[in-house]
This record gives sequence, structure tokens and C-alpha cells, in this order.
Amino acid sequence: MSHFNLTIVTPERCFFTDEVDMVIVNAAEGEMAVLKNRAPIITPLKTGKIRIFNDGGERVAAVVDGYINVGVHSTIVVTNAAEWPEEIDVERALEAKKRAEESLKRDKGKDIVQAQLALRRALNRLEVAKMSKYND
Amino acid sequence: MAKSTRDIKRRIKSIRGTMKITSAMELVSSAKLVKARERLIRTRPYYYTVHRNFKETYSALNKTDHPLLIEREAHSSLYIVISDDRGLAGGYNNNIVRLVEDEIQKAGNRAELILIGYKAIDYFEKEKYKIVDKFTGITEEPDFKDAETIAYRALDLYENNWVDEINVAFTRFINNMHQEPSIVRILPAEASVPASNGKQLIEFEPSPEAVLDYLIPKYVSSSIYGALVEASCSEQAARTNAMGIATENAKEMIEELIITYNRARQTAITTEITEIVSGTEVLNI
Repeated sequence: MSHFNLTIVTPERCFFTDEVDMVIVNAAEGEMAVLKNRAPIITPLKTGKIRIFNDGGERVAAVVDGYINVGVHSTIVVTNAAEWPEEIDVERALEAKKRAEESLKRDKGKDIVQAQLALRRALNRLEVAKMSKYND
Repeated sequence: MAKSTRDIKRRIKSIRGTMKITSAMELVSSAKLVKARERLIRTRPYYYTVHRNFKETYSALNKTDHPLLIEREAHSSLYIVISDDRGLAGGYNNNIVRLVEDEIQKAGNRAELILIGYKAIDYFEKEKYKIVDKFTGITEEPDFKDAETIAYRALDLYENNWVDEINVAFTRFINNMHQEPSIVRILPAEASVPASNGKQLIEFEPSPEAVLDYLIPKYVSSSIYGALVEASCSEQAARTNAMGIATENAKEMIEELIITYNRARQTAITTEITEIVSGTEVLNI
């Protein structure tokens, strides 16, 4: 397969930049795979996984919010946070999950959205952390 | 007799004490500067990318009827002023505060302020300015979450037509010796000239409006984040320089005082000898 350049940036660092075969992201309208020479598109991403395929291998990373910008020469993912499975602090994610669940039980109204988002982030992190076996 | 030798000695001691503090602070802030510069290099790709994408989207849409982007008559302006919490950084805080004040006078409209850092708060609270919000303790290690909080506060004011433009005032980091205070307008954004390779078709999913709705807050918070990171780097550089100069000055002062001290001591000895000689002469008669 032919390669294209993928860059993932977060406020803390440039998370990933390399030539890849394909990337699958969790876009606002559902999962989307990007290959070389895809027509330019900009679309927001949901908190979820991002799967990077290169030379038959697959790497998975957890991303929090963000958007993907497919350009003619390069594809850029901009996100609030990105982590490889091995970087994820499982204990912290579990704690966050517990906290979010508790506040979902307790509160109603405005905070519920925040708690739901927090729960989504925590669940996503936990799920991705389990996927470390995929990464070589 | 000029000053007693004891007084001079005491002064030298106190200046030595000050010099120890300033040189320690110089070392600390130069270490922090190294860290801040690393952070600046790490984070620049993020806000440059967001900035570029936003401008691209904005230009590609070729529409400016989005409520957040329409140019309105500027009846009131919001200034987000980034200073530091501690001072002792030479002209760092003064320059930015003065720049903002000049700008407010020049614009001549109603100014609203969001202040970051104790130094700006101290200053603008004394004058009669309208302060919307204050933040402290975030300048040294800027966090993206803080930038988002500030961005949402500013966007809220903007969406409710309480302010007609959002400006951010911060000190841009150019190099260790040079930092430049500047004011940048975030909203309404100026559409950049479309790229030279002509109009390219970009898909927007779910719709151009939805993407723009998503990108605007991102753009505002990343601009503020970028400003915070630049400012924190400038702050450390300014402090390193200021403390370096202070240490140099202290050294000079000590040198001068030592000369004065020696002279005073010599005078005292001479006086004593003269007294003894004249005493013996009196006895001889």
C-alpha cells in the first residue's frame, strides 16, 4: 500500500508523526478510514480509539476529543490528549470511572453532561489499555 | 569623617546578602527557562496547526455569516492580559500593562479585562477598569484546561454581545535576550488570503457550519494557550536577565564600597597617629 504522512498533535506534544498506510478514526459521523489520496476533509472526532496501520502492523492510541484534517500532502489529527496503551494510567482511569459513575447517580442537570464525558474518557482509556497486545 | 567603618562594613554585608538572593534567583529562573523553552517547542506545532486549520476552513467556506465571525462595530473590547505572579522580572509586567493601557486609550471604547497573574491584577485594580475575571497561579506552567476555561469565559461574553472583540495581550518570546509585548486580536478573525494553489475543495462533515462551530472554540482556546506558553517562556527569560543585571550591579556596589571602606579606615588611622603625635609634642614642651 502507498504511504501518506500522518501527524497527531496534542497541546502537550507532537504525539506522532510518520508515514502510514491507513488510519481509522472515530469521527463524529461514525468510524472513518483514511487512505492515501483521500479527498480533503475536516471533521470532528469523538473520544475514542485511533488505529494506525503501517506495514502490516497496527498501533492503537486513545484520543480525547479533537478533529482530523485530511489535506493533500498530509493528514493531521488535533486532539486534547493522546496516549498509547502502555502510557495509560489504568488506576487513574478506574478512579475517574468510579468518580463519574458516582456523580451520575447523585447529580441531575448540568453536571450530568460533564460526568458522562468523563465516564466516556475513562472507559475509552481502559479499553485501549487492554489493547496493548496489538502493538508491536 | 565620612561614614564610620562599621557602617560601611554593615552595608557591604547586606548587599552581599542581596546578591546571594539575586544570583540564586538567576540560576533558578535560567533552569526554568530551559524547561519553558522545551515546552514552547513541544507545543508550538499544536497551536500553529489549529490556527492554520481554522484559517483554512474559514477561507474555504468563503462565507462570513457565522455569528461569531462577523465584524461588528467595536463598542467594547475584551483584553486578556497575561502578566506574572511574582514580579522581579525587570520590565516584563510593566511593558505589557503599559501596552494594554495605551491600546485602550487609543481605541477609546469600553474596555473589559480578563487578568492573568497578580501583577496585572494589582495594577488594573488600582485604576478604574472593568475587570471581568481574574486568574492566578497558572502562568508558570500553563495547562490547556486553564486556557479552555478562559476561552469559554471570553466566548460567552462575545456570544452575548457584551464585547465586540477579543484581544489577547502577552509577551512574545523571540530569544533569551529579546521578548516583545504584543496584542493580538482573536475574534473576529481575519480571514487569511486563500492559499496560492487556488481554491481546493474540502469536505466538511457533518456540515461546514458544524465544523466551524467546533473549530471556533478550539481556535480561541489554542490561541490563548499559545499566548500563555509564550508568556511563561518570556517571563523566565526576563527574570533571568533582570536577576543577572541585579547581581552585576551588586558586585559593582560592593567593589565601590570596599574602596570607600579602605579609605575610611586609612583616615581613621591617620587621625589617630596625628592625635598621638600632637599629644607627645604637647608633653615635650
